[in-house]
Amino acid sequence: MRNIVVFIDQPGSALGKAGKELLTFARGLGAPVAAVAGELSEAVRAELGEYGVAQVLNSNQAELFEYSIVPKAEFLAVAAQRVDAQLVLTGNSAEHKEIAARLAVLLDAGVISDAVGVVADADAGIQVEKLVLAGSYTVSASVRSAIGIVALKANGVEPEAAGSSSAAAVETVEVPFSELALRARIASRQARPASGRPELSEARIVVAGGRGVDGDFGPVEELADLLGAAVGASRAATDAGWIDHSAQVGQTGKTVSPQLYISVGISGAIQQKAGMQTSKFIVAVNQDAESPVFEIADLGIVGDLFTVLPQAIEEIKRRRA
Amino acid sequence: MTIVVLVKYVPDAQFDRHLDGARHTIDRAESILSELDEYPLEAALQLAEARGGASAGNRIIAVTMGPESASAAVKKALQIGAYEGVHLSDPALAGSDVAGTSKALAALIDSLGPVDLVLTGMASTDGETSLVPAQLAARLGFGQATFAAALELDGDLAVVRRDGDAFSEVIEVQLPAVISVTDQINDPRYPNFKGIMAAKKRKIEVLTLAGIGLDPATVGASGAQAVVARSQPVPARGAGVLITDSGDAGIALVDFLADQKLL
Ligand SMILES: Cc1cc2nc3c(=O)[nH]c(=O)nc-3n(C[C@H](O)[C@H](O)[C@H](O)COP(=O)(O)OP(=O)(O)OC[C@H]3O[C@@H](n4cnc5c(N)ncnc54)[C@H](O)[C@@H]3O)c2cc1C
Repeated sequence: MRNIVVFIDQPGSALGKAGKELLTFARGLGAPVAAVAGELSEAVRAELGEYGVAQVLNSNQAELFEYSIVPKAEFLAVAAQRVDAQLVLTGNSAEHKEIAARLAVLLDAGVISDAVGVVADADAGIQVEKLVLAGSYTVSASVRSAIGIVALKANGVEPEAAGSSSAAAVETVEVPFSELALRARIASRQARPASGRPELSEARIVVAGGRGVDGDFGPVEELADLLGAAVGASRAATDAGWIDHSAQVGQTGKTVSPQLYISVGISGAIQQKAGMQTSKFIVAVNQDAESPVFEIADLGIVGDLFTVLPQAIEEIKRRRA
Repeated sequence: MTIVVLVKYVPDAQFDRHLDGARHTIDRAESILSELDEYPLEAALQLAEARGGASAGNRIIAVTMGPESASAAVKKALQIGAYEGVHLSDPALAGSDVAGTSKALAALIDSLGPVDLVLTGMASTDGETSLVPAQLAARLGFGQATFAAALELDGDLAVVRRDGDAFSEVIEVQLPAVISVTDQINDPRYPNFKGIMAAKKRKIEVLTLAGIGLDPATVGASGAQAVVARSQPVPARGAGVLITDSGDAGIALVDFLADQKLL
């Protein structure tokens, strides 16, 4: 069995959903080896074991967190070489994609980002599935290099613990960071206020508001909370300052692929569609029957969001009572 | 100071975009300067103008690589205000992956002489990977700061604000550096009559791989480390049911959720 290195970035006190997904993928392809940057708690070590990890490489060197991106790539390069990995899997956040890109240079390897699936084919080797041109094509790609680097999107697989769990052996790695790794210093870091809602790119349901909410995200947030959904927004809404930029869905915001996307007061410009058109179901509420969002909505409602949403909210409460 | 701005000629997303069925490469008809490249160009213009512009010896070089038609992206950048234009054009570049693209751009930038800053968009609007700036920084041996929502220079230090999911951070990077910028950083200007006339007088320098000393085997389809084996159009998403609210659309919405077991 070949070793598959899975990057686990600062897990804190518990393994997140994204890490569990990566490990689930890795188990289907070979033997998962966790490369953990940051402090490794006993609880996380146990969870890694439950997800089929027998070997953990860990570095908690300060440079990993004091400088931007490159130290983490150098850590992963050491880890991949230590276990002679065939594949390195990372998450697909902006930061993790760049780590994957730098790692690929360090290992002289091919890199594929935005992957939605990875399969090991006996003849063709490792095949990576991804969507391109804003979700209008699927492609199957592979690397020619001895080792491949793949950044995987969230929600590609249900995280599943391995049948049997073993205690993962932990090895501490000391990375000899290069001068180049220490060029970009993180001068300050500020946590963004947590909403308490699910993370946008991982959520099963997203309720998104646009210019039509006219400054009032109240109904959008209330519906989202009833459904356990994340709140998204169009650029018009984030540019207006009605909601944080991190909520923006679209070409220059986040790409989401939830089970359900409820689009409220959003016209559906091409840049907005690019971020949400791979959702399983789309419901759109908009006053204007000509809005392009209706071209892709499974259920389109021509109406005023300030009457449709409160009615839906009351109805959900009534049915649940 | 010398600022290189990477500009790319990409299929216009307002139209249907296609992959070539046999070679799995993007059909480049109806292309434009990538909208996301207008932001680094604007950032470069502001930085240079604050330092006295072209007459004070500042250089803004708009750089692209791609087939002959790609020079249109450089031309547009000159019309918007770039001072110089360079186009790397070589048949051997066709089919370049991220590795090949960053190798070619690094060799090209190296050939331009000392460069202080390379500015790029946050992603190309065709490949959309955001991987090239990072690989370019690695190959140039430059510092890297990406997804800049704000950028200031403090001597030979670039100070970048970057807004991630959980954190907003300030990164200080020593020049020379590669910095990619988001659409939050500024409001790009449009080409005006003066700019369009001035651009006519500027020549776009066209270079080949031989001219920048790069072995063609390391780029293009022959040098690609990631290859596409199959591609398939996703069936277009059709419209479903459209209803007009006559007083009970909220109930219809909840019925839909219940039918899909999403309540
Ligand atoms: C380079 C670039 C990148 C971009 N990236 C993104 C991106 O990532 N994400 C993004 O979203 N946009 C992006 N945009 C902007 C995009 O082109 C649109 O301008 C934006 O999506 C419009 O937002 P909107 O639909 O909320 O606003 P509008 O287009 O103004 O639409 C508002 C809609 O609300 C409806 N409405 C108004 N009142 C009500 C009511 N009471 N009830 C119901 N409906 C109502 C109206 O009928 C209208 O359709 C980008 C643009 C550029 C140039």
